[in-house]
Amino acid sequence: MSSFEPRIVAFLCNWCSYAGADLAGTSRIKYPPNVRTIRVMCSGRINPMFIVNALQEGADGVLISGCHPGDCHYSKGNYYARRRYQVMKNILEYIGIHPDRVRMSWVSAGEGQKFADVINEVIEGIKALGPAEEIRRR
Amino acid sequence: MKIGVYICECGINISSTVDVSKVAKKIGKLSGVAVSRNYKYMCSDPGQEMIKKDITALGLDRVVVASCSPRMHEPTFRNTVEEAGLNPYCFEMANIREHCSWIHHDREKATQKAYELVSGSVARAMGLEPLDRKEVGVTPAAMVVGGGIAGIQAALSIADEGFKVYLVEKEPTIGGRMAQLDKTFPTLDCSACILTPKMVDVSRHPNIELLAYSEVTEISGYIGNFTVKVNKKPRYVDEEKCIGCGVCAEHCRLKGTVPNEFDMNKGKRGAIYAPFPQSVPLKYTIDPEKCLMLTRGKCGKEPRCVENCPRDAIDFKQKESIVELNVGTIVVATGFDLFDLSVKPEYGYGKYDNVITGLEFERIVSASGPTGGKVRLNGKYPKNVVFIQCVGSRDRKGPGNEYCSRVCCMYTAKQAHLVREKLPDSHITVYYTDVRAFGKGFEEFYNRIKKEGVTYRRRELDDAIEVFQKDEKTYVKAKGYKDAEADLVVLAVGLVPKSGSKELAHVLNIQNSGDGFYLEAHPKLRPVDTMTDGLFLAGCCQSPKDIPDTVSQANAAASRASIPLARGKVEINPATSVVDEDLCVGCRTCEKICSYSALEYDEERGIMKANEVLCKGCGSCTAACPSGAISLRHYRDTGVMYQLEALLREGGTE
Repeated sequence: MSSFEPRIVAFLCNWCSYAGADLAGTSRIKYPPNVRTIRVMCSGRINPMFIVNALQEGADGVLISGCHPGDCHYSKGNYYARRRYQVMKNILEYIGIHPDRVRMSWVSAGEGQKFADVINEVIEGIKALGPAEEIRRR
Repeated sequence: MKIGVYICECGINISSTVDVSKVAKKIGKLSGVAVSRNYKYMCSDPGQEMIKKDITALGLDRVVVASCSPRMHEPTFRNTVEEAGLNPYCFEMANIREHCSWIHHDREKATQKAYELVSGSVARAMGLEPLDRKEVGVTPAAMVVGGGIAGIQAALSIADEGFKVYLVEKEPTIGGRMAQLDKTFPTLDCSACILTPKMVDVSRHPNIELLAYSEVTEISGYIGNFTVKVNKKPRYVDEEKCIGCGVCAEHCRLKGTVPNEFDMNKGKRGAIYAPFPQSVPLKYTIDPEKCLMLTRGKCGKEPRCVENCPRDAIDFKQKESIVELNVGTIVVATGFDLFDLSVKPEYGYGKYDNVITGLEFERIVSASGPTGGKVRLNGKYPKNVVFIQCVGSRDRKGPGNEYCSRVCCMYTAKQAHLVREKLPDSHITVYYTDVRAFGKGFEEFYNRIKKEGVTYRRRELDDAIEVFQKDEKTYVKAKGYKDAEADLVVLAVGLVPKSGSKELAHVLNIQNSGDGFYLEAHPKLRPVDTMTDGLFLAGCCQSPKDIPDTVSQANAAASRASIPLARGKVEINPATSVVDEDLCVGCRTCEKICSYSALEYDEERGIMKANEVLCKGCGSCTAACPSGAISLRHYRDTGVMYQLEALLREGGTE
């Protein structure tokens, strides 16, 4: 199990979390290469289908990250993302997927270290769960 | 489809961790990729030329550049492809520097990850469609929030360029912190003498409308077309009638009983007051929390201010009013507060009345202050004066701040000089860790102060320091030194963001950095911009800085804020939502979700329509639409799905 290197997709909002990930890079903070980032303008843009799709295409875990509550560049998008995330978790559980495979976090543009910490945490969490094969297409 | 892919080496920033030629070769084998190259610096002229030549020679219809963050160079390359005749939105970027080479050690894994990121971008590029750049008109006016030296300078500069400026200040007067200072380092010019003429310039400038004692409560719109709601608090004095004669304050029953905030509560005022004699606007204000009439409804037989005002200007019935203003750009200059010393009891602040902050010292040493400029405490001139630096700053363990407040070293040196000037026989000791004399004339000034008989005692920041009293005498205890007797202790207290600045950040839709100050769009190259187009930063709201830096930054922000006003047009984001009329069932779910009222219901046809100018392109409606009728241009579901599939196509990182 220790050799299992999970594949994780991170949906990051442009204004906070993507910028936080950029800051982690600019600050040369190291973290493992398990995560592939997808930039969206707002966490509110994340269609729950993206998450299902990621798990179907072979992701072992998904991270959704947006601006801190109250800090959304578009004022409320992160709240919509949070609500959808809560509902999503129930649906995932219903179809037999461990709800912890999908994680949500708030990372601001000034939090490079926090971004790296979140990634490390997510990787550890997914490693403990093992590969996600429940709805994988191939 | 003919896609051109360009992998940047970024000198060795990318190529030292990622095998770029391997990535380029592998990407070249993907279907749809017509050309795949790597180059030392894609953003350089030859790099951009390479892309342009390929677009023309090979007839490329999509371009992908894999380099740094798109938040850095996306606009650069969009222009590049546009110059070669390709639509700028047929361009996509993969971030293999911040999100790959800079965060990984393992070359093999980083190379594989870079390949996957680029292949994801190639897939996404296939789903992109050309979009037209759009422009909208600009309201030729600006707003400046905060009337300290930063806001004053920004307002004057924009107004001098010929544009209308609304200057909004929370306090009854403009002037801010600089008005409270006595002298300024390192030149020792009198702060009020250089500031007050600028304050008067503000009040006289035909292009500036000053809204003092007012606060921004709401903002809507976007660059070029903001609507700002400003709450004008009631002064209970008719500003039109008041001529600032001060007779009211002379006669106030509470005269000399209310601590004056301007004097850092070291002086006293009445319930009706002007913070200081050179206040701008020079209009008196009634303190609603202190005034007998406003708190109890009764003030003697008749309030003395009413009795004595020669202009009949007192109006206890005044109410707050909301003003709505239209502006094209906004400069935020909300300044700073002092670090809260209640979390650092070891300094004895609040416990011993001879322990004061640097800003309190400024009021005491100022000729216009409560002691008339005499450095005197409880009627006595101090013999031993001790300064302690880095109070609340450079604190790695907390509860202070980790950052350096930048101005304290020099203001301490200046204050030591002022003590020496006023009390030639006093003993002056400064506890410091490093004297950061980095500005023009700073080191020379520091050397001069040392020669004036000021003892500098170096200590380690992590070592404890304590102010204590014994036998009615005050001492400063620091490791490595005999306890220093002190009649007066002045704390070089660090700077923190202005109280309420987090709430204001929400209103303005700008962000804070980790230290709580407002975040600039780029630390090096866009130091006065914010991530919200049309909003700019000046002064200490962005980070602690001295007056020259603040004035420079204010002029920079003014210049940035004037560009859209001068152009008269701004480009708006064309990546907006679009409703598929055949799919929309008119459930109006999206209408409630949109923060910008960009989705309008067409009663007649029973469907929604998206307004391209109002839409900001967040895509929340897209994800919410139950019938999948809304798409966000440039970020359509299909594009994201293509990208996902490509990112996960290979076996991962096992």
